[in-house]
Formats: sequence, structure tokens, C-alpha cells
Amino acid sequence: MHNKTIAELGAGLRAGEFSSVELTRHFLERIDSLDGGLNCYITVTPDVALQAAEAADQRIGAGDSGPLTGIPIAQKDIFCTQGVKTSCGSRMLDSFISPYDATVVERLNAAGVVMLGKANMDEFAMGSSNETSFYGPVRNPWDRECVPGGSSGGSAALVAARLAVAATGTDTGGSIRQPAALCGITGLKPTYGRVSRYGMIAFASSLDQGGPMTRSAEDAALMLQAMAGFDAKDSTSAEEPLPDFSAGLNDSLQGLRIGLPKEYFGEGLDAGVAVSVEAAIDEYRKMGADVVEISLPNTHLAVPTYYVVAPAECSSNLSRFDGVRYGYRCEDPRDLEDLYKRSRGEGFGEEVKRRIMIGTYALSAGYYDAYYLKAQKIRHLISDDFKSAFEQVDVIMGPSTPSTAFGLGEKADDPVTMYLNDIYTIAANLAGLPGMSVPVGPVEGMPVGLQIIGNYFAEAKLLNVAHRLQQATDWHKLAPEGY
Amino acid sequence: MSLDRSDIEKIAHLARMAVDEDRIEGYATDLSNILGLVAQMDDVETGDVTPMAHPLHMAQRLRVDEVSEVDRREAFQAIAPKVENDLYLVPKVIE
Repeated sequence: MHNKTIAELGAGLRAGEFSSVELTRHFLERIDSLDGGLNCYITVTPDVALQAAEAADQRIGAGDSGPLTGIPIAQKDIFCTQGVKTSCGSRMLDSFISPYDATVVERLNAAGVVMLGKANMDEFAMGSSNETSFYGPVRNPWDRECVPGGSSGGSAALVAARLAVAATGTDTGGSIRQPAALCGITGLKPTYGRVSRYGMIAFASSLDQGGPMTRSAEDAALMLQAMAGFDAKDSTSAEEPLPDFSAGLNDSLQGLRIGLPKEYFGEGLDAGVAVSVEAAIDEYRKMGADVVEISLPNTHLAVPTYYVVAPAECSSNLSRFDGVRYGYRCEDPRDLEDLYKRSRGEGFGEEVKRRIMIGTYALSAGYYDAYYLKAQKIRHLISDDFKSAFEQVDVIMGPSTPSTAFGLGEKADDPVTMYLNDIYTIAANLAGLPGMSVPVGPVEGMPVGLQIIGNYFAEAKLLNVAHRLQQATDWHKLAPEGY
Repeated sequence: MSLDRSDIEKIAHLARMAVDEDRIEGYATDLSNILGLVAQMDDVETGDVTPMAHPLHMAQRLRVDEVSEVDRREAFQAIAPKVENDLYLVPKVIE
């Protein structure tokens, strides 16, 4: 039952082969027996899940169901869920029971999903290995000595380990695509503004974007359909028409123009990963696509630019955590300043502190022009690179990550080495473009991700391109042993 | 750009965030390394480039000036660390 797709499970539910309550119990039992070794979930919500499953069964019985009705999923713990702890992976919010639902949660609930629990993540989504979580690291189901990637590491690992059918994630610099690649699943970061940020705890507001993490592009299309769309509660929500993301999945790729940025295949890319990505691109050639080399000349500036823009916005966003209205508060503050300083000092972990300090420094008097303004200018250059590229090609392809999953603790002490792991994913965030990672041939038993970047609001095209690969190959069907 | 102990103390104060005494040197090294990475931006000529404020160059949407939210004071105060008589409590600021 846990290997079936959303469409297969939906058909089974509607045909009465099994109920959503049975399906939900099956996944809750799997979580109970298997999550101890992985730590994918911060909070498991069996009562909420079974209640939602009963409601879903009634809807299905009454003929009032959609494709997601009764499907068990996990929510990344960055999305506010009313009445359920929403920790964002931080001690700061360890006691935070959200008084409202994020728009993404509200929409998925309206579609009838069953929330099994809240997925582990890097603290405040700051990390590429899920090792910065207050609740401990998540282990990669393909090799438990390796990281699952981050920040949506819990979401990626639990989808790979079949501990939910699908999950939500968020991506500020690669946090959906990188863990999707390292765990061998399908992840989609939509165009900036496509999915509402309301109730999604803010890290870097000009970059943050929520999206689906699933076992196939077909499932991702169904999840995105429910998650996306204009929301008046998000001031940067895009007023764009919402297409039917499943309608064009099988469209022919004859004549599709694929651009391979030469900067994505140079020094620093693991040879095994390069071979796997090239094998996938060969599949597209067989489908009639035209593959050309392109250049994104400012690629090398994406990571440096990001580490000004993201920390600057983070230092501003995280100033709301002051020990007064919600979240952690230190014991016996001497005065107001002591209350702020110790609540923040004790509530935030190491990596969050580093980024708040970098951001504070970059925005402080006398440094604004040299850092933030300069970074926003280079961001324009990076965005222009893509603009020129999309005059020549329909989609851009390359590796999602420079290597397969690395060992737990291997990069934890060196922030800069860790940051370079997002070298291929960050540029799409800076430009606001949609990007996907889909599993391709593994290297020494470990998953590899092919990244597909599209033009603004071209999610349907990305899903079509990914789906055709998954029709022609079985890489996305591989499951880690023991799960 | 290399930061020292006093820089870290100043930045932490600006951020109103306590840092452990024995971690200050470590942060100085980490932050200096990150600024070293960021310094790659210096080589780029950006004289006449306009800074990018929004990925899609959208203007801020305005809404009509009407109350749209309901009063949820009780729910919001229920999750506050310290409240009394409907007020959020902080240490005394006026002697």
C-alpha cells in the first residue's frame, strides 16, 4: 500500500478497496516502527490524522472527494498548523502551538489530505544537512550514516522511506531540491509568489517558496494544484492564472530545447554524478529534444550573493522573536535588554546565530552599500543570465547537487563548505524561477538528482518534462532497502 | 574582511542576542570566513546596474482600508510566555 502513487491510492479509496482510516493506520504503524532510526518527524499527530481520515471516508462515501482526499501526508514543521506544535526545528518555538493555519495547510486540508505529523527540518530552514535541528539530525534512509540534505530533510527522508505518501517543503536556496536529490525523490520549488507564504515561518522573504515533495512528478502535480494560487494574505502572492498542472504531463517533448549551462558541469562536480545526469539527458535526446550548451556566466556569484541577501532578510525577520509575545523566554530577566538578549541567545542555535550576525553586520551603518546593495545588483546580473538563456532554450538542466549525500558530521563544523553544497540551486531562488529535482541513476547505491529549471510560471512544463523521464525510466521507483 | 572579538560583541549587541563567552572566537573565525566568501562580489563592476528589489519586478499590492481580521486576543495571548490582565508582561522599564 505504501508504494502506491496518489492516483493509485485515490482510485483504491474511491473503489472501496480500503478506507482512508485503514491507509492512515498503515502509515502510522510504519512511522511507529521505522521512524526511530531516521528521526523524520518532530511531531506525529495520530488523533488529528484519524479524525481527518474519518472525515475523508465520509466525503468519499458521499461522492464529494478530490484527488487528495484521504491521502496521508506530512507538513514541514515550518508551516503553521492550528492547535499543533509548530517548532520550525528550533528551541525558540518548542512550546509554540500555532493559533492559525498557514494558507498551504488550509488548502491541503480543504482538499481532504490526512496530516500524519510535522516533519523535521534545519532550524528556521537554515542548513543543507538537517543537522541544525534542535530535535537532532535526520538520517538518510539510503544510508543512515549520511545526511538527508536540508533544510527539508525530514520531508525528503520520510517520502523516500514511505512514511507518508507526500510532504510539503520550502526552498530558500535549495531546501526542496537538494534534499530531494540526496534522498532520491521528486521535489518542486515553484516560481516565487506561486505558493502563498502566509503562515510559512519567514526566513528570507524575497526568496522563500513552498512546494511539494513526492515520489513522482505526477504526484507533485496533484499536490501543487492544491497548494498553489493567489492569496490576498501574502503581499507578494502572484496574481497569475492557475493552470491544470496534470493536463499536459504526457505532452510530447519532440523539439524541446534543453540548455546545459557549462558552469554546472565544471570543476567541483563529482564524476559519478556527472555520468548519471548525462545519462538522463540522453533519455531526453531519445525523446527528440534538442540539447545545447549555454552559459550562465555569473553562476559563481550566486553563493556569495545569497549569503548577503538571505542573512540580511533573516536578521530582520527573526527580530520578532523577543521572548514577549510567543516562543522561548529566559528565566528571571534582570531588565528588558536582558530579556531580549538571553531569550534570543538561549532560544536560537549556532547556525541561526551565525546568520543573524552576518545579516546584522551587512545591514549595519556604513556597510549597507558594500553588502546588501551590491548583492541586490549582482542578483540582477544573475537574473539577466537566465533571461538571456530562456531566449534560446525552453528548460535548463544540470545536477541538483555537486555530490551524493555526505556523511553525518562531515561538514557540520565548516559553514562555508556546507554553503557550497547549494551551488547549483541558489541561482533559481535569486532569480525567482521554478526548479525541480528528479531522481536519476544512483552512484554507488546513493541517489542523484537531475535539476530542471524553467521560465517564470512554467511549472506545468517542468512537470511535463519530469513526468516523461519517469515514463521512460524507473529511477524514481527505486526504494531504499528496508523501507 | 576579518572580524575580531570586539566586532562580534558589537554585532551581537546590535542583534540583541547573547553569545557564549567561549564561542566568541569561533564566531569571529566563522563570520570572517563567510565574509571572505562574500568578498568575491567585490570583483564585479556594478556601477550602472539597478538593484533587484523583487524577482518579478512587481509593485506592492494595496488593499482597501477596512478591518478584515476578527479579534483573536485570547488565542494569541494564550501562547504568550507571560500575560496578566490582557497585557504582555516585560521587566519594569520605568523606575
